[in-house]
Amino acid sequence: MQDFGAAFGQAFALIAGFDPALMEIIGLSMRVTFTAVVIACVIGLPLGAVLAVGKFPGRATLVVLISALMGLPPVVVGLAVYMMLSAAGPLGVLQLLYTPTAMIIAQSILVTPIIAALTRQVIEDMHGEYDELLRSMGSRRLSTVATLLWDARYSLLTAALAGLGRALAEVGAVMIVGGNINHVTRVMTTAIALETSKGALALALGLGIILVGLSILVNAGLMGLRKSAERLAYA
Amino acid sequence: MKSRSLSLLLATAFAGSLTLGQVSADDRFIIVQSTTSTQNSGLYDALLPQFAAKTGIEVRVVAVGTGQAIKNAQNCDGDVLLVHAKASEEKFVAAGYGVSRADVMYNDFVIVGPASDPAGISGSGDVKSALTAIKQAGAPFASRGDDSGTHKKELALWKAAGIDPSGDSGSWYRETGSGMGATLNVAVGMNAYVMTDRATWIAFENKGDYAIAVEGDDAMFNQYGIIQVSPDACPRVKADLGQTFIDWVLSKEGQTAIADYKRDGQQLFFPNAGEQPNS
Amino acid sequence: MPETLSRNSHLSVIESGIEPAAVALQDVVFERQGKALVDGLNLTLSAHGTTVLMGPNGAGKSLTLRIMAGLITPGHGKIRWNGTETLPSQRVALVFQKPVLLRRSVRANLKHALKIYGVPRSEQGQRLEELLEMGHLKELADRPARVLSGGEQQRVALVRALAARPKLLLLDEPTASLDPQATAAIEDLIRTAAASGAKVLLVTHDRGQAQRLADEIVFLNHGRVTEVTSAAQFFDAPRSREGRTYLSGHLLF
Repeated sequence: MQDFGAAFGQAFALIAGFDPALMEIIGLSMRVTFTAVVIACVIGLPLGAVLAVGKFPGRATLVVLISALMGLPPVVVGLAVYMMLSAAGPLGVLQLLYTPTAMIIAQSILVTPIIAALTRQVIEDMHGEYDELLRSMGSRRLSTVATLLWDARYSLLTAALAGLGRALAEVGAVMIVGGNINHVTRVMTTAIALETSKGALALALGLGIILVGLSILVNAGLMGLRKSAERLAYA
Repeated sequence: MKSRSLSLLLATAFAGSLTLGQVSADDRFIIVQSTTSTQNSGLYDALLPQFAAKTGIEVRVVAVGTGQAIKNAQNCDGDVLLVHAKASEEKFVAAGYGVSRADVMYNDFVIVGPASDPAGISGSGDVKSALTAIKQAGAPFASRGDDSGTHKKELALWKAAGIDPSGDSGSWYRETGSGMGATLNVAVGMNAYVMTDRATWIAFENKGDYAIAVEGDDAMFNQYGIIQVSPDACPRVKADLGQTFIDWVLSKEGQTAIADYKRDGQQLFFPNAGEQPNS
Repeated sequence: MPETLSRNSHLSVIESGIEPAAVALQDVVFERQGKALVDGLNLTLSAHGTTVLMGPNGAGKSLTLRIMAGLITPGHGKIRWNGTETLPSQRVALVFQKPVLLRRSVRANLKHALKIYGVPRSEQGQRLEELLEMGHLKELADRPARVLSGGEQQRVALVRALAARPKLLLLDEPTASLDPQATAAIEDLIRTAAASGAKVLLVTHDRGQAQRLADEIVFLNHGRVTEVTSAAQFFDAPRSREGRTYLSGHLLF
């Protein structure tokens, strides 16, 4: 029944033909996911760094909480965002439901804990090494955080990639808040879900193969960037 | 250097959300809350471009189960409702969420099953005896289990046959809690009978050795209705654009477009607007 | 560079006595798990010159430096800077045995330090060039700091400490793992710093280095000062029994 050969054939035909519908879906997937990861980085990197460096009451609880939130089920996030953005919800006036913006919001919520938790780990390790130096220099906490984030930038790329992987692969949240509307909010994962429910398994799997390929490309590109830049800064 | 790359990052994020925001800035669109059966059959892909070409109005379809579609519309997250559970639709209108209900089209439900036909119901035209046979044989039966129009219809048929399958849930009676296509996939995967609307079945591409076992019973009639979400209940609803869409669907042009939609040479939906009085 | 460093290195003379005191530790105690690692330490350092802190492993030398650098708060006792208990506006800089350099170029490391030390942006460029010159680091300026050799790394670390124009330069065995040539380069930098008016407090086990650099020796054992002697006197005939035992190569208990 599942003809893997046909799936690869479908994937190849779609790519080779620069199928416009496919390109649109890939484009939206990338835009939504990248924007969500950038937003998650803007929030998660400083948050993780502050958790690594800071000493304040509730810090340990927050660390546990954020680690736990790494496993947030996308469907739950989707549902919560739906209830917020629904016309009947508190943020209904913004009219964001069933738009790419809603999908970005949901994915940002999913990815931020991942980036924050991984950042905390990376920064905590580096802080162990830099702490005495920076304190002896009289570095203020904010500038310590900035120093650590900058020096850990290549390790933090891994955190961003983990977030990217999560966002690119999830379907539960974007399905609910995006609605999988053709030409508006249809992304790779929701298209795969749709084709699966149409019974077009080869096409669905073909799309899946393309998604994996994209993920590999993005990861390889960023890792390559890291490798070449890292040589300039790391021992 | 540090601050430059950070501001670049922020600018990218901002620009990204801006461009995405523009997608929704165009107001010439409506949201139609509808069912997986209409979407999975490909009807909208055929219908909507014609409507858009004529009126310039973009129709954004959110395809979920009828139950969820009605719930979403009650939350004012849609302008038009196109579903297939007449009783629920009428309740929706009566409660003030909808302006009025109109018949759009119909097809019928069928029960499909594996070639091995464990309950021996193949070729039957009597749904009551077929369901009874399934129950007696303990043959696996996949139910949508998701409060959709199809699910409600199926429950009504069991009830009419005097059977309460809920007690056997988890043994031969298996509730997938999924859309029509997903449930068909599950059923094919475990050799279960399943009730589906004919349109989804014809368009379904993963049939395996499945074929229609039961069809033609009047009780399996499947009527689709269309409702304008009430601007009284939902002040932001795009009543004008929604009504334009409804008028077109019910017009001769829209009805012809529905009738013309075929898969494998078979007509999937039969337009019947105005044939019966709205009730 | 000596000029640049000496510009604001005039210490006001305070406290009674013959020499002005830069820093004084009074009855300082630091305990860890019930064990006094620094045990009633009394030490007054003059504002100028090089003092070498010697003593066996575990005597509390590094801890003393860290207490003075403000990295550790002692359980008891006081540290007085120019007679006051608040940290001086002048800088205290600390150089570790194993240099901790940022994952950046040499130039960026120094730039980072200048920024943290609050050097105005307009002066940073010139100061940076001076520091690179001082450490003979011009050719290495754009290399990643952490791929340099141990000696080069320590030079960066020392020059970075001097970016603060410190009043008190604390050095914790800065040449312990360096070859003679690299050690000589570091010692040159220490001399430059001392000549420019900074007070240098150096921890070392290298007797030759102590003789080359020290004006004064402070000998520490079991968290206490056993003697403070001029360098000439110490290496000729240490006053304390502990000092004698240490120099003769015997184990101290």
